[in-house]
Amino acid sequence: MQKSANKVMELSQAIGRFVTDGCHISIGGFTINRNPMAAVYEIIRQKIKNLHLYAHSNGQGVDELVGAGCAAKIEIAYAGSGRFAPTCIRFRKAVESGSIKVEDYSNYQMTLRFQAGAMGVPFLPTRSGLGTSIVDHWGFSKQMRKSDPRLPNDKLVVQENPMRGWGGIKHVVLVPAINPDVTILHVQKSDRQGTARIEGLVFADIEQAKSARHVILTCEELVDAQELRETPDRNQIPFFNVDAVVPLSHGAYPTACYRYYDYDPVYLNDYRQSAVDNNRYQKYLSTFIYGVKDHKDLLDTIGKERVLKIKADSRTGYAVNLDRK
Amino acid sequence: MAAYTRREMMAIAAARQIEDGDIVFCGTGISMLAAMAAKHISAPNSTIFFETGAIDSRLEEVPMAVADPRVMYGTAVNGSLADAFATMQNRWTGSRVVGIMGAAQIDKFGNLNSTVIGNYDHPTVRFSGSGGACDVGSLVGRTIIFMQHEKRKFVEKLDYLTSPGWLSGSGQREQTGLAPGGPAAVITNMAVMGFDATTHEMYLKAIYPGVRPSKILAHMSFKVDTKRAYELPPPSSQELLTLREICDPQRLILG
Repeated sequence: MQKSANKVMELSQAIGRFVTDGCHISIGGFTINRNPMAAVYEIIRQKIKNLHLYAHSNGQGVDELVGAGCAAKIEIAYAGSGRFAPTCIRFRKAVESGSIKVEDYSNYQMTLRFQAGAMGVPFLPTRSGLGTSIVDHWGFSKQMRKSDPRLPNDKLVVQENPMRGWGGIKHVVLVPAINPDVTILHVQKSDRQGTARIEGLVFADIEQAKSARHVILTCEELVDAQELRETPDRNQIPFFNVDAVVPLSHGAYPTACYRYYDYDPVYLNDYRQSAVDNNRYQKYLSTFIYGVKDHKDLLDTIGKERVLKIKADSRTGYAVNLDRK
Repeated sequence: MAAYTRREMMAIAAARQIEDGDIVFCGTGISMLAAMAAKHISAPNSTIFFETGAIDSRLEEVPMAVADPRVMYGTAVNGSLADAFATMQNRWTGSRVVGIMGAAQIDKFGNLNSTVIGNYDHPTVRFSGSGGACDVGSLVGRTIIFMQHEKRKFVEKLDYLTSPGWLSGSGQREQTGLAPGGPAAVITNMAVMGFDATTHEMYLKAIYPGVRPSKILAHMSFKVDTKRAYELPPPSSQELLTLREICDPQRLILG
């Protein structure tokens, strides 16, 4: 973690420094909302490989990392992008072809795993998952777990309530802590030191940030510390957890950022059309990711008109009456 | 009587299962629509909440995902995943929660698969995975399940048990350590299936107007008791009006 008071840097610099081949990484957001997409695209452009991904329900961001071949392993609860892709298409193809190893958990289990990592305890208990295949079927074999010091020996452990029935509970599922090398979040506001504010739902972003060794924030607006400290009860991320701050307008595009912009249904529908076909997908990658210099270049390619269409309405925080078919 | 689609019938049939005062957990798509319809028709004091942490969203427009910014507007509380699942696991609130969910496969005890078809290590088809489904099935008082009535979906044995229903029947949830309660109904494109109060086995509870029980059995890989079935009243004009004009005027979900 960086101690300086000014952590502002370029996105390419932040990704180059903190996201390395084979590192363990988690990204914030949920399905089609507030995924740090600019950072995802930069990881793809820098051709970083063999990532170990931790996700609860990242839709778009995870699918693009998997699709571009950046990830080797993934521990995940849900790979879907809502109505746009009930199952993420490149994820599905990668699992079916065996090009990525998967370990399945539930959303609550993944949330608790990040929470355990943030708290500095080896595991947390839940009642969720008892009697299911999530307990019985392991995607990462015992042997693979034993030979990799970065993985716990057990996917999870079911045991009797050690408090001898306290709370009326007989059995618990213990889920192991996660401590990613780096977590990347896209937030609405940050100051130069990394104190940050998320608006709307926070999902599991706070736990994901606090469990990680390094944190990169991309933010819609870089604001003065004084502004955030006038209403500090609305801030969630303390500066000492943060290593890099990257001001980046539309940094979550094509996913949504509450009170700033909606998701872009045109982009997400076009993405789905490309994703189902390997040749079309290569064309998508070369046009929209490798073919652009940076995120601003991508937005210029998309054009002002479409970006304006998804601008959030000030009353509701989303684009009212947006054509979402 | 007004003409209606099967999808509209499904949404209304599910909405009728929601009781006033329920805390309704819903996913994307038709389950969200059913929860919205119930709130506008018969259960005005029900509360819709999402696993993403949004509680009592105003839902002026249909969300396309549970993380859609539309679920964040006008809520009572915008919480987090940790809050949402704790609400389900909480001993006071959990039993009041009714969860609405879907899956790729269901067995006769209402256990669900939304992970893989085939072998887990080398699946023929990979789906999204649990998301919150395993948590809902494990923790809440009552679940309502949406399924298309097809042989490959109503199966003798699941390829993967993602979300626990009644497990292998009477007393099994308790013995395993899951919360009391379990699946209450399965809403399909032909019928409403119930679960026997004692054995927890699936049976044919109600059929949509014009559907014969033999047709339903032909669309399942296991047999169920059909003797208790009655014909479900079609959607009333008020139910249809609410569904079409208040809940989904853009027909994003109704199609």
